[in-house]
Amino acid sequence: MFFQQIINGLTLGSVYALIALGYTMVYGILELINFAHGEIYMLGAYLGIIILGFFTALGLTAYNMPIALVLTFILTVFFCASYGFTMEKLAYKPLRQAPKLSPLISAIGVSIFLQNYVMITQGATDKVFPSVAGNEGFTFADIHITYIQVAIITVSGLIMLLLHAFISRTRTGKAMRAVAQDKNMAALVGINTDNIISITFIIGSGLAAVAGMMVSVYYGLVNYSIGYSAGIKAFTAAVLGGIGNIPGAMFGGILLGLIESLGAAYISSEYKDAYAFVILILILLVKPTGLFGKESEEKI
Amino acid sequence: MNGFFIKRMPKAVIISLWSALLFLPFKGLQAAGLLFLFLFLALLVITVASRLSGPLFRTAEVIRKNAAGLIPGDSRYLLLLILPALTLPLFFRNYILDVAVLAGIYIILALALNVVVGFTGLLNLGFVAYYAIGAYSFALLNTRLGLGFWSALPLSVIITTAAGLVFAAPALRLKGDYLALVTLGFGEIVRITLNNWDSFTKGPNGISGIDPPSFFGITLAALSSFYYLVLFFVVLAVIVIRRVHASKIGRAWIALREDEIAASAMGIRSIRYKLYAVSFGAFWAGLAGCLFAAKMRFISPESFTFMESVLILSMVILGGLGSIAGVIIGAVILVALPEALRDIQMYRMLALGAGVVLLMIFRPQGLFGGSSASRS
Repeated sequence: MFFQQIINGLTLGSVYALIALGYTMVYGILELINFAHGEIYMLGAYLGIIILGFFTALGLTAYNMPIALVLTFILTVFFCASYGFTMEKLAYKPLRQAPKLSPLISAIGVSIFLQNYVMITQGATDKVFPSVAGNEGFTFADIHITYIQVAIITVSGLIMLLLHAFISRTRTGKAMRAVAQDKNMAALVGINTDNIISITFIIGSGLAAVAGMMVSVYYGLVNYSIGYSAGIKAFTAAVLGGIGNIPGAMFGGILLGLIESLGAAYISSEYKDAYAFVILILILLVKPTGLFGKESEEKI
Repeated sequence: MNGFFIKRMPKAVIISLWSALLFLPFKGLQAAGLLFLFLFLALLVITVASRLSGPLFRTAEVIRKNAAGLIPGDSRYLLLLILPALTLPLFFRNYILDVAVLAGIYIILALALNVVVGFTGLLNLGFVAYYAIGAYSFALLNTRLGLGFWSALPLSVIITTAAGLVFAAPALRLKGDYLALVTLGFGEIVRITLNNWDSFTKGPNGISGIDPPSFFGITLAALSSFYYLVLFFVVLAVIVIRRVHASKIGRAWIALREDEIAASAMGIRSIRYKLYAVSFGAFWAGLAGCLFAAKMRFISPESFTFMESVLILSMVILGGLGSIAGVIIGAVILVALPEALRDIQMYRMLALGAGVVLLMIFRPQGLFGGSSASRS
């Protein structure tokens, strides 16, 4: 029972971690809580269903399932990255110089817009994701691990390693770190900050798309409102690990997933959705910099 | 002219193609194609028009800028509205009055949130929590203890104000967007608790059978009498909030909004005055909650979601942060507009979301706000 919950928590947590990365990267660079980030995840979940449905209609899934899945995956990531890119250009870029709360309010507007856009075009009822691998998996003693869970944990782990390598090794990654440290200084040494911000949104949205698609495969059900709660939970994970801190977001996501599934099993499952909020409030009140965040002094 | 088109063409094509691409997965190929054609033509028309009528556009810009000054942002103009408001029940039937009562409740809520966000500059994303606490305290005091309207109302308002203080005291050390997120968390925790505490709040089923208010033994069941009750509280709220805004406390709030460090240096105790603002806001939100419970005679957690907080915030932003008259007009617009446009009800929230973004970009001070709301 306990180990079963650990496995479930790890699965959930790696999804939260993927979404949290998008929050933390954007916050690191723009100091903006991208409230609409959860909606990109929701769009990813829907796009997975829509594109896979399209391939089924073409007959590709019957012909070769793995290829259809990989193509769906790529297209979903592509579309979500495009949404993220466009969102930044339309709703946040004009507000770079505005008072700090304006972009946050704008982000809430984007979030409501996207939620209702999907509700109107796709209907308010749950959508079903076609079963890919069902409930099959390994069983040790009384612990059951499905193939889907294994896939989710492995894929998220791989992606996080790749992202870490990208940010610490490549030239673009270095530029991203420079912009996060000081936007003006980075611009002075010849970094195109607008491009770096766009890249950040593209990567963050791509990660959210992966998370969304994996969750719709895992649960098999998708609804237009899933983005809000997943977004808040992932944001909590980002704050837990110290916002702006990339390894912190990964750790925070997994920790939150574990807390949620163990809490649901041993404390109360009715209040499952409240745990994230309680943790968010506690961490902001007690240690706003998160578990790994650095103290930052307020600039006057 | 030819060179002009060749220069502009690729941009128009790219923008239209990109929008069509984003549209594709959710709306299908046909809709995306139509969108492409429509956008492309629209962009062409706009570029040609702006080329031909540059001076005209500039005149429109000048008119737009000056028009803002013509709209009364001063709340004294509100006195003009008193007579129409008083005579409303004589001319209109129940449906309009129903909407008017709802608008009145939202006006009080928006004015309350305006104290916190507009005057003091503390973004609150969980304001609906106070509304919910007011409504539930009223409903529980009424249905469980049998208290009447006039005794349950002050008690509920006191409970809400106290809850506001308890929530705010630890949270006010935070600033800006972190504070906003914590308030959002409080709002959600209140809703989730109301939804799950079955033995006390009856959970998702809600509380029904709340008594309508009475006045010296006469039950105010008729809609028109309830309308006057709400109108009385709206007028009271406007007068009190206006007076407080003009007082020493109100000035301290504005000073804190504009520059907290400078205000503290001038001897304003920031935490104390922020607590005043939050509890003052909670007071009026609690009152609005009582009116809502007494009006509906049934409440459930569904009425107190995050979307409700966003709706109230939109009213404040639409009218203009910090402007009492603007906030009232914002609340009336956002209550009345969806009622007037029943047929496109589905698109209400879609338009609200897009509207909030456009407002932030093009008119962050709101339709009627004139004051420079915290430019940092």
